[in-house]
Amino acid sequence: MIASILEWLTSSATWSGDSGLGARIVQHLWYSLLAVAIAAVVAIPLGLWVGHTGRAKWLVTLANSLRAVPTLGLLFAVALWLGPKFSSDLAFLIPSVVVLVVLVIPPILSGVYAGVEAVDPAARDAARGMGMRGMQVVRQVEIPNALPLILSGLRSAFLQVIATATVAAYVGLGGLGRYLIDGIKTGDYVSTAGGAIVVSLLALVVDGLLALVQRAVVSPGLTGGTVGRSRRGRVLPEDTTATGEARERAMDGVRGPAGGMSEVGGTVDTPKA
Amino acid sequence: MTWVNDHWGDIFTLARSHVWLAGVPLILGLLIALPLGWAARRWSRLYPVLISTSGLLYTIPSLALFVLMPIILGTKVLDPVNVVVAMTIYTVALLVRTVADGLGSVPDHVLQAARAMGYGGLRRFFGVELPLAVPVIAAGLRVAAVSNVSIVSVASLIGVPQLGNLLTDGYDRFITAEIIAGIVACVVLALVFDGLILLGERLLTPWRRAQVVRS
Repeated sequence: MIASILEWLTSSATWSGDSGLGARIVQHLWYSLLAVAIAAVVAIPLGLWVGHTGRAKWLVTLANSLRAVPTLGLLFAVALWLGPKFSSDLAFLIPSVVVLVVLVIPPILSGVYAGVEAVDPAARDAARGMGMRGMQVVRQVEIPNALPLILSGLRSAFLQVIATATVAAYVGLGGLGRYLIDGIKTGDYVSTAGGAIVVSLLALVVDGLLALVQRAVVSPGLTGGTVGRSRRGRVLPEDTTATGEARERAMDGVRGPAGGMSEVGGTVDTPKA
Repeated sequence: MTWVNDHWGDIFTLARSHVWLAGVPLILGLLIALPLGWAARRWSRLYPVLISTSGLLYTIPSLALFVLMPIILGTKVLDPVNVVVAMTIYTVALLVRTVADGLGSVPDHVLQAARAMGYGGLRRFFGVELPLAVPVIAAGLRVAAVSNVSIVSVASLIGVPQLGNLLTDGYDRFITAEIIAGIVACVVLALVFDGLILLGERLLTPWRRAQVVRS
């Protein structure tokens, strides 16, 4: 079994062509990037605003409670509703992308919000004391300080999108999910498992790359440099479903140094598809 | 609504297997994560290793993990055990960190006081550290519960029956009411799990009720 899967993975016939593995990987990445980009354009400014002003916190609670809705259900409902409204390939693409965007707004929003909210008030006060205005405080103090949590929100968004895009093959989306869905339907276990291995590797690689980005852009002042082992990875996963109170409780005493940088597995907190 | 009224029996049967497929891994996952989290606390070198490993496991998309389980376990493709094991892996991945952080949130002076009163080893763990870590662990468990309920529905794509079947069947046969019923049933189930964990947390931390005054 494993031998035939390996053979499938390494055969050139698998990789070539418009519906080959290579093209499927590109498609999968493209959908994921598209969805995360759209969601980020909405969620990052919103999260910054809520975190900065402290207003409309219910938005974060609402976004988080959306996570209880099963991905699959949302996908099918939107596909049935929007699908017939578009012709050609768009009928498959648009509903799936809409669902992917809706799904990844919550992790990005709560990451940005939690990051800004956790900024040391003393740093904010100092910035104001130096004469910075609202937007300057946001750009020069809050964003850099919130960066670890903002990026870990983006990381969990990517993971979620990659997983959900796989499932979305059921409603006709391209990408690597095709191998899994079609393979299950036709009883071809070799290509099913092969596709599953490739999606998993893709998710691991994307997450690894984002972890490197995180390491590169986050100020060493926040991570304690590369030395202090004890300072790393102490940030509690941003609480997702729970209410603000539960989060505060969870944060009590574990907050530690301002946003210790998380390890490769810094994003293990989000419900996924 | 007519669709729902005609299918109460099916909904309950599916809901029961959904509870199993999401709930059993939650309990198993907690039981496995407790010693792992404790070990991560006890030997600080283990912490980054365990956290990265669980992060990597959590990275694997659910459908892919379900599909790959038969290779690892040697089970049949349609065996529900695949789903239970996969969900347990996700639960452990989520909870190891929470347990470790929860145990780490117990203040040092409390541990010293416990030691001074003669608490040592296992007795200190079960009598002092674990109870004080309950709020953090419960918060993690709630995340895991809601996440499990949602992920389990994906298992209908590999033919393991649970509430997700309402979603796939509704989609295949263009019955919007069935999809909506499936979504509502999943959300209700998630809320029930969430409520049960909250209740358990309250029962296990009677001292917290003394401070209800906080707004």
